[in-house]
Parts: sequence; structure tokens; C-alpha cells
Amino acid sequence: MSLIETKNLTLGYGGKIVLRDVSFAIEAGEIVTIVGPNGSGKSSLLRALIGALRPISGDVIRKPDLKIGYVPQKLHIDATLPLTVQRFLNLPKRQNPADIEAALTRAGVPELSQAQMTSLSGGQFQRVLLARALLGKPDILILDEATQGLDQPGAAGFYRQIEEVRRDLGLAVLMVSHDLHVVMAASDRVLCLNGHVCCEGSPEIVADAPEYRALFGTGTQGTLALYRHDHDHAHDHSHEHGHSH
Amino acid sequence: MLDDFILRAGLAGLGVALAAAPLGCFVVWRRMAYFGDATSHAALLGVALALATNIPVIAGVLIIALVMALIISSLSERHVSSDALLGVLAHAGLAFGLVAVSLVPGQRVDLSAYLFGDILAVSSMDVVVIWAGAVLVALLLLARWQALLTATLNPDLATASGGNPKREQFILTLALAVTVAVAIKVVGALLIAAMLVIPAAAARPFARTPEGMALCAMALGGIAVCAGLGASFLFDTPAGPSIVSAAAVFFAFSTALSPAIRSR
Repeated sequence: MSLIETKNLTLGYGGKIVLRDVSFAIEAGEIVTIVGPNGSGKSSLLRALIGALRPISGDVIRKPDLKIGYVPQKLHIDATLPLTVQRFLNLPKRQNPADIEAALTRAGVPELSQAQMTSLSGGQFQRVLLARALLGKPDILILDEATQGLDQPGAAGFYRQIEEVRRDLGLAVLMVSHDLHVVMAASDRVLCLNGHVCCEGSPEIVADAPEYRALFGTGTQGTLALYRHDHDHAHDHSHEHGHSH
Repeated sequence: MLDDFILRAGLAGLGVALAAAPLGCFVVWRRMAYFGDATSHAALLGVALALATNIPVIAGVLIIALVMALIISSLSERHVSSDALLGVLAHAGLAFGLVAVSLVPGQRVDLSAYLFGDILAVSSMDVVVIWAGAVLVALLLLARWQALLTATLNPDLATASGGNPKREQFILTLALAVTVAVAIKVVGALLIAAMLVIPAAAARPFARTPEGMALCAMALGGIAVCAGLGASFLFDTPAGPSIVSAAAVFFAFSTALSPAIRSR
């Protein structure tokens, strides 16, 4: 069976529907990327998949004993909370020190275990979040705009890390992303949302779909156009921190 | 020999510090200071309830503090919580409490005992009740420590790893109500929130881990109790405010020293 499957899922907050009628599934080992404009329901869908948001109607079916590694959009740690990376990785379950070291190495930051969480750079912080997600030996990694706040080289480096992890561990990856060129390069499948599923399929199919072009522009030269387009997007979205509803 | 009432006062104060310090860490980390204010101010309504119905004061305070804390936490879940709303609730709780106490028929109530505490008048029974409540709160926090910390970091992260942040929020709410109920006699409704926030904030620069901060807050809270009681005895100042003043002095020192501590 699929790792996670949704059937006619409709989501909203306080009576306002943000996403309707999503039927979707992700299989073991797949990389699926969710794209869509702000407020299109991307984060809501992820929150429903991890069980943090109760559907208005429809179902979320998780494979029994499915282990999810979740990397949130942005984790704000209050400056009043003293927390070393090592202590952070021991939440909520105490972990074997060797496992912690292995996860940090896997995430590309083996030297940080004694650093304070609040002293990390954006890229280091996201890698520590990745290490934490990996510690639970997940079947699927779920990343919610994990590169928000990173510059382009930082984001590219982070995605390379994700791809390496997936190659080595063979887990499924579901991510929300604004980095459209990454979508084109690395995903098996793309899900384009705008309050509903407006198109879905392989990156090539989605890139050619009229619905997608209506949302993201009408590049006629495939990936290159999308890549160029992405530079506009980086500017468009650089001020949308904390936008999750 | 040191008078018995001083000994009882010391024990009562240390009991409050035992519960308030680790709980106060969560109040600080989760930015719930106003939440603590609103809940502890509402304790006065609990006093009025107890006087009107002839139940023990601590029971009345526990009930009202729990109701108030639950109202606030359900409001904050619905995203209507704001600085202003919490401020309104905190002061409304205090004002309605004062009005309600004055309306209780039949008795002249010594209001200042409930506003500022009456630690020098605690009985042996009070000490037992305070310690029972404090140990309960400490054990509750200890048992749920890992889950509480995870939920404090990020509710979605907690949910994704199989936790239930709403349950953890409820546990903190319950712990807060119990702490308010046992602390009202010691520092009074006006200053309970201070015993939550100040030792925790003073402990922050010394700590590298959450556990370190909680233990340090307990130690500072305990020392503040002893120092405050000592000062109260020597200078004949009110005991509860003296304890809070001592804690505030520690906070000032630790904040001033914090750059030096961190560069070690």
C-alpha cells in the first residue's frame, strides 16, 4: 500500500476552506514536490498528512506504523530557551549518542553537537532539523519549505543533501518548495495546488500543463525558462516568512 | 531558637519555589507571562468563591484558577489570543476578584493577605498542603518533561513524532492552577506570576540546557525565599514582596553578568 494516501480531503481553518477535494498518494522511495502560490493550501496539506490538522471532510490514511521525519518550515526557538544541538536531538526520545553523531554526519554538520541552537546559521539550523528527522529512521521525510530564508547556494546545497540522503537510505521525500528548478531536477512527481489540485504528474507534464503556466508563467523553453522565472520568484517570496495559513 | 513561624514560612516559601521555578521556565520559554498574570489575578475570584460557599480558600482558588487557565488556553488555540486580550483578562480578573471579595456578606476580609500573601501566618497544615501541591506539580513536570519540551519547541514537530501538544498544554495549565493555589498564601495573587517568571529569567544566563535552567531557577528561587524572609525579619518589610524583590535583584545581577558568563 501507499505510505500515505488521502481521499477527497478538504481542509480549512475556522470555517474557511483552504484546500478542497485532494486525492493523492505517495509511494515508498518517491520524491514528490508540492508547488503552488501563497495560500494555496500547501502547508495545510502537509499538516494534515502529519496529523496536526483535522480534515473538514475526507480521509488521510497512513500505512500502519509509518514513521514520518518532519522538517518544519521554520522553527522559532525562543532566546530564553537554552538548548544544545545534542539536547535538541534527544527530543522527544532519548537517543543513542552514536546515532546522534551518525545523523549529524548524514545531514552534513558533524561538528555541531555542542553548539547552542540559537547560535546556528540558517543553513546549519535546517541541517540540524534534517538530522533530527532522520534520527527516527523514517520511511518518509516531509519538508515544509525547508529552504526558506536560505540564499540560493544555501538552498541548492540543502537539496543536494536531501538527495544524497534519499539515495543512501531509500526513503520517500515529500516537500513543499518554491525552488522550481529543484522541482524540475529532482522530483519524480509534482503536485500543483491552488486551493485544489490544479495539476499533477511528472515534472515535464506539469511544466507543460496550462494550469501550471497560468500560475507560474508561460515559459516556452522548458526548464531554462522556469529557471529564469525562478529568479523573479526568489524576489517575490523573500518576504513571506511565517506564511503558513 | 528561631521561631517556629519563621521555619514554617521558610518551608512554605521553598515549597512554592520548588513548583514555581520549573513551571516558570515553561512560562518564559512559551511566552506565557501574561497567562500566568491572568490566572493568578483570577485567584482573588477564587477567594471570594471560597468565602461565599465556605469551602477552603485553596480549593476555591484552585477551581477558579483552573477555569481561567482553561479559558485562556482555549482562546489562544482559536488564534484570538493577543497581548491586549491577555492584558484585559489579567486586569479584569483582578478587578472582579476585588469587587467579589467585597461583596461577600458577613465578614470583613483582610484583603492584603490575599493580595500580598501572609507567609508568616502559615500553619503546619498549610505547609503540608503547599508541599503536597508543589511535589505534585514537580512530579507532573518531571514525568512529562521530554514531551513538554518538544511541544514547547513546535507543536507540529511534536505531533509528527507521535506527541499530543494539546495534552501537554493542558498539563501546564493544570500545573499552573495548582501552583497558583498553593502560592497565594505565600506571595499573594499580585506576585505569584513574579515567582514564576523572575527566578527562571534570572537562571537563563547560567544554563546551557533546559534542565540546567530549571535546576538553577529552583536554587535561585529558594535563595530568594530565604533572603526575602531574612530581610523581612530584619527590616520589618512585608514578606512576599521582599521575596520577589530578592529574586528581582538576582535577575538584575545575572542579566548584567550575562555577557561575561556567555563568553566563558
